[in-house]
Amino acid sequence: MSVNALYDYKFEPKDKVENFNGMQLLYVCWPDHLMFCAPFALLVQPDMTFRALIEEILKPATAAHPDSSKADFLNAEWLLNDEPFTPDADASLIDNGIDHKSMLTVTTPDLKGMAGVGY
Amino acid sequence: MAVQNKKLNLKDKYQYLTRDMGWEPTYQKKEDIFPHEDFEGIKITDWSQWEDPFRLTMDSYWKYQAEKEKKLYAIFDAFAQNNGHQNISDARYVNALKLFLGGVSPLEHGAYQGYAKAGRQFSGTGARVACQMQSIDELRHSQTQQHAMSHYNKHFNGLHDAAHMHDRVWFLSVPKSFFDDARTAGPFEFLTAISFSFEYVLTNLLFVPFMSGAAYNGDMATVTFGFSAQSDEARHMTLGLEVIKFILEQHEDNVPIVQRWIDKWFWRGFRLLSLVSMMMDYMLPNKVMSWSEAWEVYYEQNGGALFKDLERYGIRPPKYQDVANDAKHHLSHQLWTTFYQYSHATNFHTWVPEKEEMDWMSEKYPDTFDKYYRPRYEYLAKEAAAGRRFYNNTLPQLCQVCQVPNLFTEMGAPTKLSHRQLVHEGERYHFCSEACCDIFKHEPEKYVQAWLPVHQIYQGNCEGEDVETVVQKYYHINIGEDNFEYLGSPDHKRWMSIKGEKPADENQDAA
Ligand SMILES: [Fe+2]
Ligand SMILES: [Fe+2]
Ligand SMILES: [Zn+2]
Repeated sequence: MSVNALYDYKFEPKDKVENFNGMQLLYVCWPDHLMFCAPFALLVQPDMTFRALIEEILKPATAAHPDSSKADFLNAEWLLNDEPFTPDADASLIDNGIDHKSMLTVTTPDLKGMAGVGY
Repeated sequence: MAVQNKKLNLKDKYQYLTRDMGWEPTYQKKEDIFPHEDFEGIKITDWSQWEDPFRLTMDSYWKYQAEKEKKLYAIFDAFAQNNGHQNISDARYVNALKLFLGGVSPLEHGAYQGYAKAGRQFSGTGARVACQMQSIDELRHSQTQQHAMSHYNKHFNGLHDAAHMHDRVWFLSVPKSFFDDARTAGPFEFLTAISFSFEYVLTNLLFVPFMSGAAYNGDMATVTFGFSAQSDEARHMTLGLEVIKFILEQHEDNVPIVQRWIDKWFWRGFRLLSLVSMMMDYMLPNKVMSWSEAWEVYYEQNGGALFKDLERYGIRPPKYQDVANDAKHHLSHQLWTTFYQYSHATNFHTWVPEKEEMDWMSEKYPDTFDKYYRPRYEYLAKEAAAGRRFYNNTLPQLCQVCQVPNLFTEMGAPTKLSHRQLVHEGERYHFCSEACCDIFKHEPEKYVQAWLPVHQIYQGNCEGEDVETVVQKYYHINIGEDNFEYLGSPDHKRWMSIKGEKPADENQDAA
């Protein structure tokens, strides 16, 4: 479908990767940890390694949760844009197929949040 | 003419008023004079079928409004002179006003602009007059609300720059984008969105919480505003119903177009009202009714009857109303815990509800509160007591359409976040729900331009890289005054001294 308008209605998407000064957006969801109300929206370097993403960005982002220090994120279950995904820890995000505005979902099977209700 | 003949009755006066505005053009084409009337695909075969439910003329309108205004300002003056703010239930209540002033009053102003535009675009004079009157009403609402609440600005924080904040602050992009979406649509969609879906179907879910909330919490200024706006709102609601019936009766081709608008605007309104749900359950120290009760009465029952009535036009209830009905058990709790963790970036305070309040919620939400939400507050209270009041130091993913953080859960699965994504012309987009994703699919060109606050911060368009700079410089939120935890805040301390109590314990201080 297309918008009904009085003229040829066409605009640039506001969040194209070139607007992010060499960086890209990445979303990460950690299911069963609703203490963080929504998936994280992170600004990352496309050429950073997956390992660096975990160490430098994901761990600090999740640090407030008691499960964070116990989590083995590298060996957890990953989805990339809803598809099963096996990360290469030493390859860059882009080489892992993680492009701008991709969404990663990381499930830590033994860690199910607090109170038995995924908090 | 009306001046010469003093014996004209109201109906005749109205005839003259409208007839004189509607003439058959001779040297201009009608479509040049009313260029917005056709492009949405709505077919009007006979404008004279329009029944104006009020037949209000300008002279009676001015007279009536002026009388209301006089009474209203007399009460505002008395309220200020008597330090009415000292008689409210508790200073936590003022946070509801902060939300209202930044989130709702600017929408009244947007409605004023929207109805002025729609009132220019219809070739039917009855519809034009009704829109113009409503336009003036809405301007009055915006102004009187600001006057009603301005007294609080002298005594509490966070109320000092509402219009500026409305244009910039992350959560206020939810109401702002809602209204911008409506008033950038054509005139028929605008009326379906605001007059029908919002003012007719959903308005009680906005006004009852705020105005009864004010009454229950001793806020006489806001209550009086509410009474003063009530007769206007009654007119607006009637217009909303008249509009929808008129469009549907004019041509059967209008039915599917209107149905899609109802689906869209019901959902957009429901998402917007999620802010009201938390206000109702959490920000009112004296509670009126729970969000789930309000939803049952004002949507499930009243809305149910309405859509039954519209069945004969071929209209069905809004798509995804089942999701909204299911969400009534969770909505306010999910919103409040979100705002609790992002309190460093809001112009109002948040807090863990007190024990009696939690018991009230257990009673109002027997199937969900104790199981899913009470444990959260117990944990948060424990952390705060240990000096680790929880703030989320990351930014959240936002929905491309409603712009709320993707915090909602799936219907029937309250621990699973609801999320959809799609790729459109090579770009990825993320949504809070199937419903928002549907809205995008119908008009992708509109939503690819969304000004998403989180992405704007990351693009460097908000005067700083870090949240603190953005909050202070770009949002004009005064750090340590307007934001953070309520306990120990300057508002809290001021309230205690008003009540002659000891200032809050230092170790309860905010961040
Ligand atoms: Fe209004
Ligand atoms: Fe209104
Ligand atoms: Zn949404």
